[in-house]
Amino acid sequence: MTPLLIALGAGVGAPARYLTDLAIQSRFRTLFPWGTVTVNVLASLLLGAVAGAGVGTDAMLLVGTGFCGALSTYSAFSYETLRLAQQGAGRLALGNVALSLTAGIGAAAVGWWLGLPLR
Amino acid sequence: MPQPAFQQHPGGGRRAAPAVIDPDVDLADPAQQPVGPARRWDVLAATAAGGILGAEARYGLGSAAPHHDQQFPWSTLLINVTGCLLIGVLMAVLLQAPSPHRLARPFLGVGVLGGYTTYSTFALDVQRLLLHHRPLVAVDYVALTVLGCAGAVWLSSALTGRIVAVARR
Repeated sequence: MTPLLIALGAGVGAPARYLTDLAIQSRFRTLFPWGTVTVNVLASLLLGAVAGAGVGTDAMLLVGTGFCGALSTYSAFSYETLRLAQQGAGRLALGNVALSLTAGIGAAAVGWWLGLPLR
Repeated sequence: MPQPAFQQHPGGGRRAAPAVIDPDVDLADPAQQPVGPARRWDVLAATAAGGILGAEARYGLGSAAPHHDQQFPWSTLLINVTGCLLIGVLMAVLLQAPSPHRLARPFLGVGVLGGYTTYSTFALDVQRLLLHHRPLVAVDYVALTVLGCAGAVWLSSALTGRIVAVARR
């Protein structure tokens, strides 16, 4: 059952990340990777909420491990930071790290707080 | 139809080569242009299949080395650092390959590595450490993750780039 729940969540989460990133990049054609920042913050918010709500093991595997895990990405975040730095946009690279850290961890905390009353 | 994403050189008005920043979405890549629904569909299917493989691998590694809310999350750190090593290798190979398969990046990059690495678990790990009054462990974890992943992607893309360049000579 466990692999199936993860597969269901990740099978939706990974294409959702691609489509969100695509939609944001097509609309705002900036060097700054807003698409990846957005999916990472959204996934952190949702994961914080389900953890705060104290959902059961199955729901955590489906929504947390599967969906949120696949919706968020560390590999794209660090690759984008490297590329920004290599192309002389060092301040954007640092800004990407600072924004992702504060907004991502902040979103997990806000999500946790929002989920607590559902416990 | 929207124009491909070309970055302008700061000084010149002419179009420069597209700068690949995002390893997942590259609007300068013809294969990723939003064309017919059939072509778009196979990209999404490849992304989903890769994402499932990556997430299962992440779960396997995470349950092999589980951690409590107050402990240093070694498994998440290991997952993200190895995923960053691999994205550096993958992008260096794909960007220098003469004609990579059009589904290689959606499957391996967006799917497998995107599904394997996780930002949300990293953020929740930090939040839990702070909640359990372990700020020093949280700071160590953030520093090791940020620096470890940055070092991993830089080292692997530089090394792979050299190896591919030598091999193509």
